[in-house]
Amino acid sequence: MEVALSHPPTAPGVLMPRRLHSFPGGVHPEDHKAESNATPIRAMPLLARYVVPLRQHIGTPAHPVVRVGERVLKGQVIGAAEGYVSTAVHAPTSGTVAAIEARAVPHPSGLFDTAIVIDADGLDEAVECLPLDWRGMDPSALRNRLREMGLAGLGGAVFPSYIKLNPGAAKGGTGQIHTLILNGAECEPWITCDDRLMRERAAELMQGVAVMRHMLGAREVLIGIEDNKPEAIAAMAAAADGAAEVVAVPTQYPGGGGKQLAYTLTGVEVPAGGLTTDLGIQMFNVGTAYGLYRAVMHGEPLISRVVTVTGHVAAPGNFEVRLGTPISDLLAAAGGSLPGGSGELVGGPMMGFDLMDLAAPVTKAVNCIIAKSPALFPARPAALPCIRCGACARACPASLQPFEMYWFSRAKDFGKAQGYKLFDCIECGCCSYVCPSHIPLVDYFRFAKSEIWEREREKQASDQARTRHEFKTFRLEREKQEKAEKFAKAAAETKAKAAAPEAEADPDAAKKKAILEAALARAQKAKAEMAEAGITPKNTDNLPPAVQREIAEIEARREHAVEAAGTGLDTKENG
Amino acid sequence: MISAILVMAAIGLVLGGVLGWASIRFRVQEDPLVDKIDAILPQTQCGQCGFPGCKPYAEAIAKGEVAINKCPPGGTEGIKRLAELLGVEPPSADGMEIKPKAIAIIDENTCIGCTLCIQACPVDAIVGAAKQMHVIIASQCTGCELCLPPCPVDCIRMEVVKEDLATWKWRYPIHRLRQVS
Repeated sequence: MEVALSHPPTAPGVLMPRRLHSFPGGVHPEDHKAESNATPIRAMPLLARYVVPLRQHIGTPAHPVVRVGERVLKGQVIGAAEGYVSTAVHAPTSGTVAAIEARAVPHPSGLFDTAIVIDADGLDEAVECLPLDWRGMDPSALRNRLREMGLAGLGGAVFPSYIKLNPGAAKGGTGQIHTLILNGAECEPWITCDDRLMRERAAELMQGVAVMRHMLGAREVLIGIEDNKPEAIAAMAAAADGAAEVVAVPTQYPGGGGKQLAYTLTGVEVPAGGLTTDLGIQMFNVGTAYGLYRAVMHGEPLISRVVTVTGHVAAPGNFEVRLGTPISDLLAAAGGSLPGGSGELVGGPMMGFDLMDLAAPVTKAVNCIIAKSPALFPARPAALPCIRCGACARACPASLQPFEMYWFSRAKDFGKAQGYKLFDCIECGCCSYVCPSHIPLVDYFRFAKSEIWEREREKQASDQARTRHEFKTFRLEREKQEKAEKFAKAAAETKAKAAAPEAEADPDAAKKKAILEAALARAQKAKAEMAEAGITPKNTDNLPPAVQREIAEIEARREHAVEAAGTGLDTKENG
Repeated sequence: MISAILVMAAIGLVLGGVLGWASIRFRVQEDPLVDKIDAILPQTQCGQCGFPGCKPYAEAIAKGEVAINKCPPGGTEGIKRLAELLGVEPPSADGMEIKPKAIAIIDENTCIGCTLCIQACPVDAIVGAAKQMHVIIASQCTGCELCLPPCPVDCIRMEVVKEDLATWKWRYPIHRLRQVS
């Protein structure tokens, strides 16, 4: 389905209307942007304590490279990247490392995770930051610098950016990135951090885009912004000045989803299980472009981001927040939660999750904190049974059949759920939003997905255990065989050694053997003769008579003694 | 009459030959039942089923010599999958002491380096040498507990694997269905 959409005529830099494509499904929830997008981004005061989790990105968590009690400077690496899909974390201010321990983190589980706690010294002394020579630098060295600078996607997935800023990232298709898309759609209700960033820092952001374009070698640069943000569109168009095409896209949730925005702008549909990257389209959030600008033009690592605080708070708005700021402090900066609140949401109302602990800090993934109240977020009505109306399938932007996936996820028949392309679900929440039976469909899909991953992990572990056990059995068998062989060899050698002297002294040995054999034969013959004659052999026959008598006496005494001992034993037993 | 019998016999021989050749040439290497059962078993190699490892237990199941509810690490889920594979009614898991997944930890201060646990480990997940401290490779430990009895100084303990952010799973959604009359 393709439709040409009109653009706001006011935007001066918007080029000629682009043929846009309308993705299937989607919903139009109330946007609630006005609550927080009217005021400029505010800076947070310096706090006394920051909690910096080591797991702030997708992939392997960073590993701590500081010790408790060590003094650190603002921007110093405190957690180094480990492995390929990883990136570093930095001290948000100068101070002392107070602890490296499990702390509350913003995660739907409410589990604790390792974090570095820093007591600020109030000096806010920074490490030396030098701009990077990004045009002259070796591309690989530049990517490694960005890895050390902790740059990760700030749109929500927090994938390490250095991996994506590689022209070789595209696997299939042309094998290179031809289009760079900057995602400023910000389709989720309530959130306005990208909006304010584009309005206030468009010029800086565009410098980040220039670096991205240089690194990727992209021919075309598109900036997609939903048309409910005319100020941001105007600011970006002015800053782009022809270097990029700013496109207003229709406001429709989830228009900012990676695959949805790519389809809207280019008409390229990503096949099941694929990525836009595979098709030569690389997408970054506007916040990431600004982070890249700070990293390259100022040499500053990623230590802060813009976060929206909205909902049931006294002074909603956007804040420049240092990573590691406890969310309770952030809420306080927004005037604090109003009385009668009902908890907080991290992220938007469609894809976000309930915050379990206000002590959890802001991380690279946190773009919005919404204080809830029963009036703003009424409790979801109790679910009714699925009536197979198909409303979810019509709303699904990924063209899936959520009701089928729901049945199979609910029945824990994960194979069938996967058959309905469960893993192409982007968990946008449109199906749950439109469900007339108020079934929390996405909760089922998340459950099914994590259950399948768990099984995959278990299968890998058991395969590994099987291989290792088989190898151990094989090794023991081999060792046994080797031992037996060694033993046999040693035995053969001894035998050979024993046989060897015999062979050498052959004539002598043969003579000795003959004599021995002859003697043996004589003895046997004598024995046989005596047995025939009924004589028990006694070697006393050849003795003189006196000695024979003596022997007979001794024998008689012995017999008597044996008898006496026998009766003695008997009486003892009887007694 | 005789020629007809000969012709039929010749045809029979030729066709029989073709079939015989085809049965060898196009033989379908079917996945043997033992491997399928073995794939379901958790490969802890713990011997709690009474067999020296998962493979011998799989072989015994395939021969129908033993019940399918003898594997505590596989749990009720394992019984269910085995029953599905074999087309039988899943037997109860009663009498099976199902424990949460745990891994062995060696107390480094107490270990005397006797290598007995190394010999007992079915998956070679313990590293060490005579009179040298031993250590367990946590990622390879199946939690079979076979290293516990041989240790002369009781320096090995089992520690239940805690859920962390990397292994955390979304829970099964529990929502009340509203009663409609």
